[in-house]
Amino acid sequence: MVNFEPKIVAFCCDQSGYPAADMAGGLELNFPGNVEFVRVPCAGRIETLYLLKALERGADGVLIFACYEENCQFLRGNLRAKSRLSYAHRLLEKIGLEKERIEICHLATNCGPKLAETLHRKSEQLKKLGPNPAKI
Amino acid sequence: MIKAEQKPLEEILLYLKSYDRILLSGCGACVTVCQAGGEKEVGLLASALRMARMKMGTPLEALEATPARQCEPEFAAELSETVEKVEAVLSVACGVGVQTLARHFPKTPVFPGVNTTFLGETVTHGVWEERCQACGNCILERTGGVCPVARCAKQLFNGPCGGSSKGKCEIKREADCAWQLIYDRLNGLGQLYRMEEIIPARRWGVESRDSGLRRIVREDLKV
Amino acid sequence: MKAGSNLENVLSKGLFAVTGELGPPKGNEVSVIKRKADLLRGYVDAVNVTDNQTAIVRMSSIAASSLLLQMGIEPVMQMTTRDRNRIAIQSDLFGATAFGIKNMLCLTGDHHTFGNQVDSKNVHDLDSIQLIDCVRTMRDQGTLLGGEEKIEGEIKLFIGAAENPFGDPFEFRAIRLAKKVAAGVDFIQTQCIYDMNRFKEWMKMVRNLGLHEKVHILAGVTPLKSGGMARYMAKNVSGIIIPDEIIDRIVKAKKPAEEGIKLCVEQIQELREIGGVHGVHIMAIEWEQMTSQITEMAGLLPRPKVA
Repeated sequence: MVNFEPKIVAFCCDQSGYPAADMAGGLELNFPGNVEFVRVPCAGRIETLYLLKALERGADGVLIFACYEENCQFLRGNLRAKSRLSYAHRLLEKIGLEKERIEICHLATNCGPKLAETLHRKSEQLKKLGPNPAKI
Repeated sequence: MIKAEQKPLEEILLYLKSYDRILLSGCGACVTVCQAGGEKEVGLLASALRMARMKMGTPLEALEATPARQCEPEFAAELSETVEKVEAVLSVACGVGVQTLARHFPKTPVFPGVNTTFLGETVTHGVWEERCQACGNCILERTGGVCPVARCAKQLFNGPCGGSSKGKCEIKREADCAWQLIYDRLNGLGQLYRMEEIIPARRWGVESRDSGLRRIVREDLKV
Repeated sequence: MKAGSNLENVLSKGLFAVTGELGPPKGNEVSVIKRKADLLRGYVDAVNVTDNQTAIVRMSSIAASSLLLQMGIEPVMQMTTRDRNRIAIQSDLFGATAFGIKNMLCLTGDHHTFGNQVDSKNVHDLDSIQLIDCVRTMRDQGTLLGGEEKIEGEIKLFIGAAENPFGDPFEFRAIRLAKKVAAGVDFIQTQCIYDMNRFKEWMKMVRNLGLHEKVHILAGVTPLKSGGMARYMAKNVSGIIIPDEIIDRIVKAKKPAEEGIKLCVEQIQELREIGGVHGVHIMAIEWEQMTSQITEMAGLLPRPKVA
């Protein structure tokens, strides 16, 4: 398991996560080796099913990069994402997976470094947890 | 509409223990509205079941389908080809839909994936509440459009009981007292006299489920 | 006379009636009934025997009432519609009257989820008002509910019911009593009274409807044992209102139990003065030994001997 490079799916809100990733790229910040960014118009677009499907189809962990609370362009999209995340956490528990595999991170457009740090931290955490045993 | 809630995943896993290939069938009607067994929930449950079984080391193949109305024989028939390919069916339609499939596919076990809970109304997004018991003889004309059979914990016809306090029911304190609602509504309509009349004992034994299986036959519609 | 019970005799003579209450044992221990009967004998005109009160399983009201009769005490058999459909109700009334029970109280009953068999299925084939109508039909028409089937023998029962002036909506409470009167009730026992103003207001509405002349109203009282009990009841029991000054009085008393008895006696004296109140129903639950003291202090003794 020494060479295990966790696969992370990062859902990025167009108002915060995505510009932040862009900025991190511009600053040439280093990302973990196996990250797939999925651009969404708002974190509120992320269905619970997307979170589960990501894991089912091979991700070891999922990150949601959403706007700070009370800072959603669509008013409650980030809060919806949060409540769907907690529903997904309950499902993970029943499936027998660690709920740490899915996490939400609130940030703003200028948070490129925070995004990169979060990805690295997640990657390290997933290395400790090991590969997702439920992936199909 | 009919309201339902998904059964606990562990219970469903137990039903499916000895099967490796199943069909998970939802329904495009009531259970879609209450988000217990529509297309979305089918996808979510199928995904959860696949991962849970993968983790257990006994992978499960779960086909997905969501007919428009699982309680209609025509729509059940549409599933015939798919059902041939599986060992069992998990239906997240209401109890009616489960039985339609069971009747239609005599050789395939059909398991319920939801508990059918009540006939109810959407109070607000994500909240549903019981409104009708299908008791077989509607008295809403006497009670201002609020049903005491479904909404009073003691099914009083001549309420409210002594446990009605500040508009709430003593049995479930978060619930409105049905008879307070009836009182307020009739008061607003200027029809309080309706509450002064005694509603006599009901004919449960001939009108309700207590009479045995109920059936509606419309000769004009039969083919 | 509708049933010729002692309670009916007392009330129809215009005397101020006193009833007590006895909770049967949570088993078949007859000595419990005997002990409580001894505490009540001679101090009350009749004793209510509860029917699985608060949905806690106890000896049946019919059986405990019959035992009381053997012990020389007149029972008021309570009957709830929670646990019986109309077949069981009417059959039980045949049995109860055969044993010589002459008073009954028609109740819907506390919800089964309050009790110790929460998984049970409740019945509610009839509600309390429909039950009154059912018993009245059996007694006055000599038929079963529905009016078709003749009954062998006669069902002689003095029909009671409960009413709660402290339930909501308050404006409807006297009208609801009118429905019970129309259904055929002979006497009413009220929920325990602490909020005297509200009770008086209710009685005024009752008098305005002329109900006090059609039904005997027995005002319910329960002595408070402690400040804790007062607070608990005020907070947790729907349909009971205990004004703050009463809670304060019990809480601050040096001997709360004594104060509770004193308060109860004062309440009885005040209730006696209210037009249309024909008696008191003393619910000294698991505190039956106080009934003698309360009736003595309230000047309700000796109880009249009427035939």
